[in-house]
Amino acid sequence: MPLITYRKALNDALAEEIIRDENVVIIGEEVAQYNGAYKVTEGLWQRFGDKRVVDAPISEAGFIGMGIGASMLGVRPVMELMFWSFAYVAWDQIINNAGQVRFMSGGLINCPIVIRGPANGGTSVGATHSHTPENFIANTPGLKVVCPATAYDAKGLMKAAIRDNDPVCVMENTLLYGESWEVPEEEYVIPLGVADIKREGTDVSLIAHGRAVITALKAAEILAAEHDISAEVLDLRSIRPLDEEAILNTVRKTHRAVLVDENKPFCGVSAQIAATIQEKAFDELDAPVQRVCSLDAPAIYSPALENLQLPTVARIIEKVLHIR
Amino acid sequence: MPKLSSPMPSVTDDEVAVDPADYARAEINASLKPKQKIGFLREMIRIRRFEQTSLKYYNQGMMGGFLHLYIGQEAVAVGTVSLMGKNDHVITAYRDHGHALAVGMGMNECMAELFGKATGCSRGKGGSMHYFAPDKNYWGGHGIVGGQTPLGLGLAYGLKYKGLKGCALCFLGDGAVNQGAYHESLNLAALWKLPVVYIIENNKYSMGTTLERSSAMRNCLAERADGYGIVWDIANGEDLYEVRAKTANAMRRAHEQSLPTVLELDTYRYYGHSVADANYKKYRSPEEIERYKTHHDPIILWRKRLQDEGVLTEAEAEAIDEAAKDEADAAAQFAMDSEFPAPETIFEDVYWEVDNKTEGGSTGRHFFSE
Repeated sequence: MPLITYRKALNDALAEEIIRDENVVIIGEEVAQYNGAYKVTEGLWQRFGDKRVVDAPISEAGFIGMGIGASMLGVRPVMELMFWSFAYVAWDQIINNAGQVRFMSGGLINCPIVIRGPANGGTSVGATHSHTPENFIANTPGLKVVCPATAYDAKGLMKAAIRDNDPVCVMENTLLYGESWEVPEEEYVIPLGVADIKREGTDVSLIAHGRAVITALKAAEILAAEHDISAEVLDLRSIRPLDEEAILNTVRKTHRAVLVDENKPFCGVSAQIAATIQEKAFDELDAPVQRVCSLDAPAIYSPALENLQLPTVARIIEKVLHIR
Repeated sequence: MPKLSSPMPSVTDDEVAVDPADYARAEINASLKPKQKIGFLREMIRIRRFEQTSLKYYNQGMMGGFLHLYIGQEAVAVGTVSLMGKNDHVITAYRDHGHALAVGMGMNECMAELFGKATGCSRGKGGSMHYFAPDKNYWGGHGIVGGQTPLGLGLAYGLKYKGLKGCALCFLGDGAVNQGAYHESLNLAALWKLPVVYIIENNKYSMGTTLERSSAMRNCLAERADGYGIVWDIANGEDLYEVRAKTANAMRRAHEQSLPTVLELDTYRYYGHSVADANYKKYRSPEEIERYKTHHDPIILWRKRLQDEGVLTEAEAEAIDEAAKDEADAAAQFAMDSEFPAPETIFEDVYWEVDNKTEGGSTGRHFFSE
């Protein structure tokens, strides 16, 4: 199987869907002639032209809202946010219009739109550019949100998102764009709402999403090598819809859970997972659920400190040892 | 201080095909048959009677939330919507009852929605501010001031993308012109040459705030379109002939050149911002309201016009009014007789994939209530 980067996997997914469906159009800042601020859309404008790959001015509320309106008429826009952190200037459009119009119209209207871009810290760009709003989106019934951790997942989830008839937010990660994974050449789609066991284990479950999956996998290796602890790593992949069965199954198997994500802890994704586990698998637990999230302050600029603010391998190991 | 000039609409001379004093002779109006003219009167009266009836029941506590009445502005919705063809679309803000009835939504489903009933146009899920009828090219009904302006742009984008010769009529109030989303939309509309007509219904007050206290440019609101290179025009929104003549120009520009227009229609609401607006006789005088009701009422003016033209008798006009009252009363009865939505419907109409029981709607948990 060829090794390709997370970036290339996304690029391939976009290209394949543009070819498959004439209604798919990519719109965003610098996506066409500049080839994408992070090169995710590289080459697409040259291949598919002005109609299918459209450079937008810096007007997120305007062009995201425009994409939502166009999706109501059956266009399938894939909107790039250069950073998900910029979504807040388009928040009314995303939350009120994409998120609520189906419900408020009694099901008469749907919005098959994808909004995608990176949502991560760890690049020393300060708090305004380091948001992880997956919990905000997941808190809005009507919207869906996925956070792929590998190239394989990024491609399969992106294709599912584009084919989905509801608004889907795809949250990528700039630190993963250049990383490579095995990706099959034949076509595949990963359904939204299906988690994936990235590493089998028996002693503790590390439940993660996004880049935190990679951090959890590193921790699992050390736990095995240095502490003789067999950690299972469950990658949620999709936050809403959520693969609750997979979460409960891994807890039933290991009886211990450490939740790892780059979201903030307070009302973050891990808070929901913890609630789910105590509601539905309380008797299975041999120890309290632990969490390793971003430290609960705005994302700091200082590179040395930011790496400590995000979940670290050391913090994961510490939590696991605490409940072993 | 620079001297403010009087507003000079940016339309070209050849578009003003008639003496501004008499839009009846504009081509779009000269071709009207008496039956059509009477139809416009009927639509305006239906809107008014519907809303008067809804107000009666709102005041009896039969409805929740807000009720933003369109009374006084009827010529705008009826005049503009009367020009719509197969590929023309409408989207508006929360003062949406008039446009809804004008596009052909039924009084029953609209009234039932106000009562929060399952038979409502949005199954009781949207309420007064959120009417929708995509089968009639009517895309709402949007509650956040200016929030619909990018959506209207998107409708125009969709039409152009699909190669359809149509346009989006995107209505907004005089308050919405101060929202950023509107200005982003104007730039995009001009930049990408999209067939959208932004119709500002200037009813003089954004809730309780006058234009003088909300707009840095005092002459008119459409004028701001100059900043985006968009053709703009102003019109008297109480005169159905003028509304139609000027809207037709804008729609022609959209259809034939795929270009946007900003059209400001001067109008007036008799009631408050919503019925909950307790100050509506404080930020303007009762005399002002009476002056509009007496001298600028679009229905009275149109009815008189048709009688002057000899196409309508007093008795016919009364019959139309009686029929509209009866229809509104029947709609209220329909609404009262209808059931409230079943509790389980709360989880319907959230996700298309779930409602349609697709594979995508069945993988993973979509709802988190017990």
